[in-house]
Amino acid sequence: MTGSTSGKPIAVTGIGILTSLGEGKAENWRRLSAGESGIHRLTRFPIESLRTTIGGSVDYLPLDPLDTSNFSFEMARRAAQEAIEESGVGSPGAFPGEMFLAAPPIDLEWSRRMGLADRGGATRYPEILDIATEDSEEIHLATINGGIAARLMAEFGPQGSPITLSTACASGASAIQLGVEAIRRGACDTALCIGTDGSIQPEALIRFSLLSALSMANEDPAKAAKPFSKNRDGFVMAEGAAALVLEDPDKARDRGAKILAYILGCGEAADTFHRTRSNPSGAAMVRCMREALFDAGLAIEDVDYINAHGTGTPENDKMESFGIQQLFGDRATQIPISSNKSMIGHTLTAAGAVEAAFSILTLNNQLLPPTINHHQPDPSIPLDVVPNKARPAKPRTVLSNSFGFGGQNVSLLVGAA
Amino acid sequence: MKRDVWITGCGLISALGEGRAASWATLNDPAAWHARMDSQKLAPHTIHPMVPLELGRYIPRPGDQRAMGPLMHYGCYAAGMALAEAGVAGNQELLARTHMIVAAPGGERDLAVDEQILAARLTKPNNVGWLNEMMLTGLRPTLFLAQLPNLFAGNISIVHGVSGSSRTFMGEESAGVDAVRIAWEKIAAGQGDLFLVGGAFSADRPEMLLMFEPYGLLRQTPVPDLWHRPRAGMTLGSVGAFLVMEAPEHAEARGIKPLARLSAVRAAHSNRAAGAATAKAAEQWAGIADLAGGKAPPVLSGACGGAPITAEEHEFLAGLPGAPSVRGTAGALGHSMEASFLANLGLAITSLEQGRLFGPLAPEEPIETRGGDDAEKILVTSWGHYRGEALAMIERIA
Repeated sequence: MTGSTSGKPIAVTGIGILTSLGEGKAENWRRLSAGESGIHRLTRFPIESLRTTIGGSVDYLPLDPLDTSNFSFEMARRAAQEAIEESGVGSPGAFPGEMFLAAPPIDLEWSRRMGLADRGGATRYPEILDIATEDSEEIHLATINGGIAARLMAEFGPQGSPITLSTACASGASAIQLGVEAIRRGACDTALCIGTDGSIQPEALIRFSLLSALSMANEDPAKAAKPFSKNRDGFVMAEGAAALVLEDPDKARDRGAKILAYILGCGEAADTFHRTRSNPSGAAMVRCMREALFDAGLAIEDVDYINAHGTGTPENDKMESFGIQQLFGDRATQIPISSNKSMIGHTLTAAGAVEAAFSILTLNNQLLPPTINHHQPDPSIPLDVVPNKARPAKPRTVLSNSFGFGGQNVSLLVGAA
Repeated sequence: MKRDVWITGCGLISALGEGRAASWATLNDPAAWHARMDSQKLAPHTIHPMVPLELGRYIPRPGDQRAMGPLMHYGCYAAGMALAEAGVAGNQELLARTHMIVAAPGGERDLAVDEQILAARLTKPNNVGWLNEMMLTGLRPTLFLAQLPNLFAGNISIVHGVSGSSRTFMGEESAGVDAVRIAWEKIAAGQGDLFLVGGAFSADRPEMLLMFEPYGLLRQTPVPDLWHRPRAGMTLGSVGAFLVMEAPEHAEARGIKPLARLSAVRAAHSNRAAGAATAKAAEQWAGIADLAGGKAPPVLSGACGGAPITAEEHEFLAGLPGAPSVRGTAGALGHSMEASFLANLGLAITSLEQGRLFGPLAPEEPIETRGGDDAEKILVTSWGHYRGEALAMIERIA
């Protein structure tokens, strides 16, 4: 990356989190640092004949969880509300900056497709098209990819044109990177960066299942997600949202805001190898982490802890470990690294934002959250994964990794205030 | 730092043809573009289907072709055209630091499986496991990957070797606008030198139409001129449109001539109360009017054809200082959502190359026929069918 504007640390002045562990950053940190799991049996739809019957679904919100758009909106709204309140920036309904939203791809839901078909006993698309003509803004909002952002704009009133993005499992981190870049180039003084994902429903679960990506350790849900373990067998689908309010640090100080942490640097790299697998060379992951260090002006010695992508799939954890060893060399085994996904599962589109938020809480609390369910270490992963129990430490800088399907990788460096 | 932004490559495919020259020729021949509208395949809807493509030209491996549906084919194909024109294709050193920002909708569904499920539903009880079983046996993993918006970019990385970075924006028209805008802002600010930016839309698919039909905006046959349609006034068109955007010093250093300068890109999101979009657009024009001496140059409008927003944009364009000549391009190639703004930038480049706009697409419409077609600079608008207002200025480099 060329140019004079990269490198400036950007302040974080507000955080909101909502996961299967609960709502709010206090509750989430209390349970995460206690090593509690949010993974459980799925009850929102029939699980007959499914290979995977568990997930980190958010089951405590009073709305239909099978409406991905509305559910993802509501989680994003709650997380953004918490983050904006903490930051104290702007006034209600008038967020004084731009919005960057990582959200799941939206499609017409099965319930709606069937609902439309039912009206005329239709079974074919042309017939459904014939009977679907109406003027329903509600269905339209729930069907288009811009619908969640449009509703958040109405709620919080950010400026400019909101960006909705997907870089697969790196999406949440990409939203933060876009915010950092916008503030650095002076496009805005503050940015609302959100990751949200509420897409646990039969079709999505089955599709990931058909890719052999999901854990099938259904017997004891809380023990299913086991990143970096020898017996890891896939990720656990999960839901959640996180929001970060980013600010130009000078502007934040001027208004007397409390700075929670800094985003010191962002790195990204695309892999050209395969649609679902990483290049066995690990090159893109290494380049991604190195770019983040370069952007922050830091060296490998400066990284005190790594918040891993750590999905728990055999492939990801092997490759992430391999990449870290390549980049950090001898130091790799001395840097503690843990996976939040062992407790909250893989929140997919939201994961990069959720885990950036947890990285900040790690710094604020000077406590490394554990990788739970780590009872069978994998000899090919010689890393300190903070097994099973949180550990007091004095981290100043956290590297948070997000490595996605489709070869999209983003790493963030988060620094203590 | 404030740098100019050049366009050094363009890939454009649509119902009008493959490439800028073919598009220009078709646009100037109303009988030709009318003849390419299809009112049979998805009757009673009219669509603007993609011209036949020889996929192997830009997607050489059959395995890659099979891993994608039509939507991703269009994107990969147009991306290949743009990279080739910019002299980036095949250059590993450049590709490794090309930053990609794409605007992608969801991909095509497996219609056969969906229709089997809908048929089975008539004989099955409510809410039991039969749906799981049908999806488990019917759905194919490769089609899942062809459906994920971010795999649109993933496939371009794999097929063309673009590996600097990869970002996928979603959200109809605005996604395409913001892909261009973010690349523009980053180049101007020195946050990057070389970008591949683009989008695609696949119109001749019933599940794509079904995304918009419940809002009542889709036009059924017959199709009047774009500016004079009722609320149900939108006909969709298949498009793949990509640009290579570059910092001037970067292009000069590698000896590449620019196609055009992108002098401004403004984007907003009004709540669409009556007049709200106009207010945003007026603000955008006021912000860039000086670049054109206060007098609006010819306009390529991204109006979708649906009411009331098309009428509101018409009124705004009619009142622009300098009474510019306007073309509502969706009339000829259909509205292409995420790809619409990018397609119009491509058509603007063609017009700059020709020194004038192509002929009116709506021959009865005063804003298209009031003259002043000479084009040194062109405005491109994108008022989304639901949200989003954008204005760009693109100009010839002497």
